[in-house]
Amino acid sequence: MGDNTDLNRRRFIQLALAGATGAFVGTLTAFGAPGEKPELRSMQDLSKLEWGFLVDTTRCIGCGSCVRACSAENDVPDSFYRTWVERYEIDKDHEVHVDSPQGAIESFKTDQCEKQRLAKGFFVPKLCNHCRASACTQVCPVGASFHSPDGVVLIDRSRCVGCGYCVQACPYGCRYIDHDIGTADKCTLCYHRLHRDLTTACATACPRQARICGDLRAPDSPLRRVLDQRRYGLLKPEMGTDPKCYYLGLDLEVK
Amino acid sequence: MEGFVFPNEVHVTWTVMIVLYPYITGLVAGAFIVSSLYHLFGIQALKPIATFSLVSAFVFLLFAPLPLLNHLGRPERAMNIMITPNFRSAMSGFGFVYLIYAVIVFFEIWFHFRGMMVEKWREAAGLKRKLLKLSLLGSTDRNERTDAIDRMMVRGLAGVGIPVALILHGYVGFLFGSIKANPWWSTPLMFIIFIFSAIVSGIAVLTFLYQFVTWRQRLPVSQRTLNALGRLLWAFMIGAVSLELMEVLSVAYEQTERWAVLKELIGGKLFVSYVVFQLFICSLGPFLLLMARTLLRLPQRLANSFLFISAALLLIQVLLMRWNVVIGGQLLSKSYRGFTSYLPGLFDKEGILVAGIIIIIPFLLLRQFDRAFPFFGREEKASAAGAAKR
Repeated sequence: MGDNTDLNRRRFIQLALAGATGAFVGTLTAFGAPGEKPELRSMQDLSKLEWGFLVDTTRCIGCGSCVRACSAENDVPDSFYRTWVERYEIDKDHEVHVDSPQGAIESFKTDQCEKQRLAKGFFVPKLCNHCRASACTQVCPVGASFHSPDGVVLIDRSRCVGCGYCVQACPYGCRYIDHDIGTADKCTLCYHRLHRDLTTACATACPRQARICGDLRAPDSPLRRVLDQRRYGLLKPEMGTDPKCYYLGLDLEVK
Repeated sequence: MEGFVFPNEVHVTWTVMIVLYPYITGLVAGAFIVSSLYHLFGIQALKPIATFSLVSAFVFLLFAPLPLLNHLGRPERAMNIMITPNFRSAMSGFGFVYLIYAVIVFFEIWFHFRGMMVEKWREAAGLKRKLLKLSLLGSTDRNERTDAIDRMMVRGLAGVGIPVALILHGYVGFLFGSIKANPWWSTPLMFIIFIFSAIVSGIAVLTFLYQFVTWRQRLPVSQRTLNALGRLLWAFMIGAVSLELMEVLSVAYEQTERWAVLKELIGGKLFVSYVVFQLFICSLGPFLLLMARTLLRLPQRLANSFLFISAALLLIQVLLMRWNVVIGGQLLSKSYRGFTSYLPGLFDKEGILVAGIIIIIPFLLLRQFDRAFPFFGREEKASAAGAAKR
């Protein structure tokens, strides 16, 4: 019995040591190894790209996977959203009911109007439109909001003063102040992923391929192909911001 | 929250601090213009408050950036606005316009007080004498020629200062008016409305303080000055309120989608603060009181009470106007389908207490300045008392 206990103890210590060594080496490997570095592209090469986005509202089922994926990928602060999904329900009296509870991060759990009264319903995912003539970059007093050479609207957090003028200027409600760091924040089109030849987190998570991110200048890109074949709409085109987020099946009620 | 607002709009970005900023710059511009009406245009009736208006403009100017700094997410980077300005942004001009205006007002005050400071320097001794000499930048000459040069400089700076004051405040209006995304702000009239309301607030604060201080300290009051202030206040408040109403009227008459949402805003979230308080109580009230004061032959005491009440109400009116513009515009969702809510906390970083402190400090500073260089009639009172003794 005593020998058995000693054996168990010895065995336990051996396992614990092996486990600790494994965890240590594993940690070093995970955080110390360079991993796959994004390919550094020259300004000239970047300028050949123009990133754009497509939302097919007819495919969206309002599951909220995109919102959850974006939140996890980009560490989005609580109660703010880089992307969200809106639900439109038009009843038989032509009343329009719109909601997006917590950006639909947990999807839609309750109905806005009774099923019998519902005439039409659809979901509209929203995100930064990465406008070519963006109002947010125009108003930034310190030049912290800028267009990348490949057409993505980004924020230089090391220069932003957190005045909030861009938040006011964006006609789409896509920007917010991240109070933890005191600067403006918004969708980056997962810029860190694009340059690893990955698509955005939201597009990856969408189970219905309702979101497509791609290069508008590449004739054979899925995004370009759809835009060349289908009819699409833009949000608030009257604002003159020339958005690069294109919508299929956009309803007049969507602002 | 009512209806549907975009999820990022639930929190209002610009708080009561951004309400104070145009309010304080408005006081600056208005007070400066009153001082210039005397120094440049020679309106003698305003002489007793000319110095006070100039110093008030400067003191308010010192505190105008304070609410902004308190609001910035990264205040330590505030100077980026001048180091790396983006000149496509209307806001990037703030630092430069502010600095130019501050230099103009500072030197106007310096030339105005130079003679008095030289007299103090002559009588002073020790450290005080050295400090005074430093403040005078070593320029301790005083004779008829230097006095004439000082007066000329004050006049010249007042002339340059008027357009800069209008630019400073008109520009604040433009900051809001140029935001096309916001249907409550976006109008080319905004900067003119802001200039007019600035002048109203400037005249109102000077009138209020002039009457209050002379009453508290039992100083002689110039009825001619009060009458002039009353007429100016009436004229400018008519201009300011008419412009604002015309703007709303033209949007209402056009009957576009913009009016559909603004109608809801005015009749709903802003009904009490805009329609009831700003328009009826604080605009119509002073309009009637000032009209009665200007057109009827009222007993002097009653007329002056009307002026005092009107000045106080107009000070509140302009503050409400800033609130209704800055906060009102953010309550309306850019989805055009709903409204959010905002009420500042009492002890928040950008709350009511801090706002109160920021607005009170300039008045305390003015009080200190008054102790060094008395603003109103005290010299006349002293000389009158001296003459009586003799």
